[in-house]
Amino acid sequence: MGYHEIRFEPDDRYNAFLTTCTRASHGDGRLAGVAVAVKDNISTQGIETTCASKILKGYVPPYDAHAVGLLKQAGAAIVGKTNMDEFGMGTTTENSAFGPTLNPSDTGRVPGGSSGGSAAAIAAGMVPLALGTDTGGSIRCPAAFCGIVGLKPTYGRVSRYGLIAYANSLEQIGPMGKTVSDVSSLMQVIAGYDRRDSTSRERPYAHTPSKEIKGLRIGIPEEYFGPGVDPGVTRVVRAAIGRLEELGATTKSCAIPSMDYALAAYYVTCTCEASSNLARFDGVRYGPAAETKKSWHDAYQDVRRAGFGLEVRRRIMLGTFALSSGYYGKYYAKAQVARENVKKDFAKIFSGVDVIAGPTMPTIAFRLGEKSDPLPMYLSDILTVPANLAGIPAISVPCGRSEGMPVGLQIMGRPFEDERVIDVAYAYEQAVN
Amino acid sequence: MAEDQVIIGLEVHCQLDTKSKLFCGCSTDYRDDGANTHVCPVCLGLPGAMPVLNRRAIEYAMRVAKALNCGVREEAEFSRKNYFYPDLDKAYQITQYDKPLAEGGYLEIESDEGGERKILLTRIHVEEDPGRLVHMGNNERGKYSLVDYNRAGIPLIEIVSEPDMRSPKEARKFLNKLRATLEYLSVFDSEKEGSLRVDANISIRGSERVEVKNITSYKGVEKALTFEIARQKNLIRRGQRVVRETRHFLEAQGSTQASRSKEQEHDYRYFPEPDLRPLHVRSWVDDIILPELPDARRERFIAQYGCSLNHARTLTGELKLANFFEEVVACDPRGLSMLASTWIADTLLGELNYRGMSLDLVDPESVTKLAGLLRNKTITDKSGVEVLRVMLDLRMQGEPAQAPSAIVARLNLGMTKGETGAIASAITEAINENPKALEDYRSGKAGALNFLVGQVMKKTRGRADPVELNRMLAEVLQERGV
Repeated sequence: MGYHEIRFEPDDRYNAFLTTCTRASHGDGRLAGVAVAVKDNISTQGIETTCASKILKGYVPPYDAHAVGLLKQAGAAIVGKTNMDEFGMGTTTENSAFGPTLNPSDTGRVPGGSSGGSAAAIAAGMVPLALGTDTGGSIRCPAAFCGIVGLKPTYGRVSRYGLIAYANSLEQIGPMGKTVSDVSSLMQVIAGYDRRDSTSRERPYAHTPSKEIKGLRIGIPEEYFGPGVDPGVTRVVRAAIGRLEELGATTKSCAIPSMDYALAAYYVTCTCEASSNLARFDGVRYGPAAETKKSWHDAYQDVRRAGFGLEVRRRIMLGTFALSSGYYGKYYAKAQVARENVKKDFAKIFSGVDVIAGPTMPTIAFRLGEKSDPLPMYLSDILTVPANLAGIPAISVPCGRSEGMPVGLQIMGRPFEDERVIDVAYAYEQAVN
Repeated sequence: MAEDQVIIGLEVHCQLDTKSKLFCGCSTDYRDDGANTHVCPVCLGLPGAMPVLNRRAIEYAMRVAKALNCGVREEAEFSRKNYFYPDLDKAYQITQYDKPLAEGGYLEIESDEGGERKILLTRIHVEEDPGRLVHMGNNERGKYSLVDYNRAGIPLIEIVSEPDMRSPKEARKFLNKLRATLEYLSVFDSEKEGSLRVDANISIRGSERVEVKNITSYKGVEKALTFEIARQKNLIRRGQRVVRETRHFLEAQGSTQASRSKEQEHDYRYFPEPDLRPLHVRSWVDDIILPELPDARRERFIAQYGCSLNHARTLTGELKLANFFEEVVACDPRGLSMLASTWIADTLLGELNYRGMSLDLVDPESVTKLAGLLRNKTITDKSGVEVLRVMLDLRMQGEPAQAPSAIVARLNLGMTKGETGAIASAITEAINENPKALEDYRSGKAGALNFLVGQVMKKTRGRADPVELNRMLAEVLQERGV
C-alpha cells in the first residue's frame, strides 16, 4: 500500500474545525487522497477527540472508530475534526465549548446541528466529504441549513464502534457531501457489518445512484406541512415534490398520528441514555484530572460541573430524573411504547408508498442566538426525530432557497432501503442541476 | 416454628472461568500480572467502545442453570446498573435486571437433621465484575487509592437463593454444594482468589432483614452469619428493634458493621443496555450435556466402591478430591476402595487440614502404595499414619518424595509379624511397670485393658499387629490368673 500525504490549510473563517491536520497522510483506494473531515465525537487514533466539550479536552483516542478505519483503508485523508454541539446535544452548533460554527451562506446564522462543523466545511468548499452523526436530525438539519446533502442511514447499517455515545439506540454515523453521488460513494465505504458493534447488521451498501423513479409512490405526511412549518419552506418543498411528480412519481397524502408523542418520546429516550453514557466522564482516566485532595465523590462533582456545558448538564439532569426510582414506568417505559407506535405508523404507511417526503426542518437556519430558550430549539427537531425513533433511513437534499437561505427536502425510506432514498434524492438533484 | 427462627438467603457471585472477559477479548488470567495490563478500550470504558457478548460465558451460565434445575427465559436482556464509583469505569455495570437469564431452580443440601433438603433459587443472572481499588498511603502522608481495571469485565454469575436456609451451617453447606456443582460443570475455579463473593440476607422471624455484604470466603459466611444472628437476637432480647440496613462483614474481626447510610441510598436507574441485543438462548438447554454431578457421583461411590454415605459425601464434595480418590483406587478398586475411602476422607484430609496443605501436593500413586502396605498388613494403621505424616512433611518442606515402603524401612515401621518375642517382652514390661493397671483390670475396670494395649503399642512403636497383641496379652493375663 502506497503512502502519500496531502497538505490541508483551510481558511476556516466559519470555525468549522476543532482540529486540523496540516499534513494528512493517506493510502491507496477508491477515496485515495480525498480530504474527509470527521465530526469530533468519532474516535480518531492519535487525533484529539473532544465532542466539543471541555471535559474531553486533551483526550487522544488510542483507537479508530470502525468508520474511520474504513475511510483510511479506502485511502481517504483524515484532515480534521469538526465542530459540533457538545456531545451532539443541540440543533445549532452553538453549544460547543469552543465557540459556534457559522453558516457559510450567512455568517449571522447558525449552520444547524449538531454536525454543523461538517456541514459548514463542505458548504464552504474546505472538504468534499465529511462524517456526521445523527441522533435526532444532527446530519440532516445542518445539511438542510447549509445547502448540502446528508444521509442518516438505517440503524445498524454503519458501525457505531468508536462513536462517543450520546443516545445509543437512536444514533448513526452517516455520510455528508456536496452531492448525492458524493454521499453515496462515502456510504459505500462506511456501511457494513462490524462484529464490535452488536447492533450492526450484515447489510453492506454497494449502490450506484440511479435517477429512474418512474412509478415511485411518495407519501406526503400532513404533519410535515402543518402549523409550525414556515410557509416559505413549505412552498419550496412542495415545488420540489412537484418536480418528483414530473419525473414520474405519484404522491399520496398520509398521516403519522404518533407524531404527537414523537418529540417527547425522543427527548425522554435520548436524555435517559445520555445520563448513563456521560456518567463515565469523571476525570479519573482521561480528560482534565480530578482535584485529588478531595474525596472522589467531591472531585467527581467538581470535574463534571466544570467540564460540561449548560445544555449537557440540563439533559443529564432530565435523564437522571426520568430513570429514577418510581418514574421509569412514567417516562422511559412510556417513551418506548410511543416509539413502537411511531415504528408501526411508518410500517403502515410504507405498505402503500415507497418513500415519504417532506421538509427536513420546519424553518430556514436560525440567527445566531435566536434559540437561546431550549424548548423552541427542541421543537425544531420535530420533522427529523421520527426517522431516528423508527430507525429508518432519511436523507436531506438541497431543494431551493427561502429568504435566500437553503431549504432541505427530506426523503425517508423503509428500513435498509437507504439505496432508494439515495435514488430519489439523486433523481431530484439531477433534474434541477 | 420457634419464634427466634433464623431466616437466611444468599446472593452468590461467582467468576466464570472463561478465557476472555465478558464483553471483550482481554484475557481473564490477570492475577499474576501488573495492574492495568489486561485492559482494552472496551473494559476500560473508553469513549466510543462497545460491548460484544462472550458466547462462552453464556454457555457456562446455561450449564449452571440446567444443573440447578432453573427455567431459562425465552428472552433475557442486559441492563445498565448506574452508579458512580472509581472502580466502575463506565459508571454503570452491565448486568441483568428484570429479564435475567434463568429463574427458579433448586440445590439439594444435606439438612442439619440428616437427609436431603431442597434450597430454592430465585434466579441466576450474568454480569460483569468491576475493577478494583488498591488503598495506599497512611494517615500522616495522606491516603490515596489506585485503580486496577484488570478485573473489570470478568464474567460473573449471580445466584440468588430464596430465604430458605435456617442456620449458618446450612448456608455453609449450600455454598460448598454450589461450589462443588460449579466445579463439576468446569465453569468455576474456587482456588482463584476472589472468585467467589457472597452477600447474605439474615433475619429472625418477625423482625426486619439485614443485608451483610463483602463476604469473600467460605468460612467467612458461617462466621458473618453467626455473628449477625447473635447480634440480632441480642437486640431482640433487650427489647430493641432490628433496623433494616446494609452491613459490611469485617473478615479480620469476624464482625459486621453498619454501612454509611449514603451507600444504601443508591437508586441504580436500571434500563435496558442499548448496545446489546436481547438474548434468545432457551433452545441451547437441550444441547447441553451435563457431566456427572456431585449427587450422582456420591451415589455411584456408594454403589461402586462400597463407601459409607458420609465418606461418599466428603469425597464427592470436591471435584479434585473425588478425582483423587478414583485415581488412588484405580489399579485395584475391589481391594483398595474401602480402605482408601476411610484413609482419604478421614486421615488424609485431617492431616492436610492440620498443615494447611493443598491436595495438589499429594501424589495419588504414593497413597495407592500406602494403602497397599496397609492392606497386606505390612504396617499397622498407627504406622500408616506415621508414614503419611512423613510423606506430607517431606512435600511441605520441598524435599524429594520417598516411597512409602522406603519410609517404612528407614523408620523400621514394619509390622512385628512373628516377632512374638518382642511383643511378649513388651507385655511383661508393661505389666510390671503398671501394677495399678493390673489391679484395676482385676477389679473389672474395662479401661485398664486398653491402657495396657496402649503401653505395649508405645513400646513397639505401634508396629505390633493388633490381633496378635490382643491374643498374647489375653494369654499373659490368664497365666497370671487374672
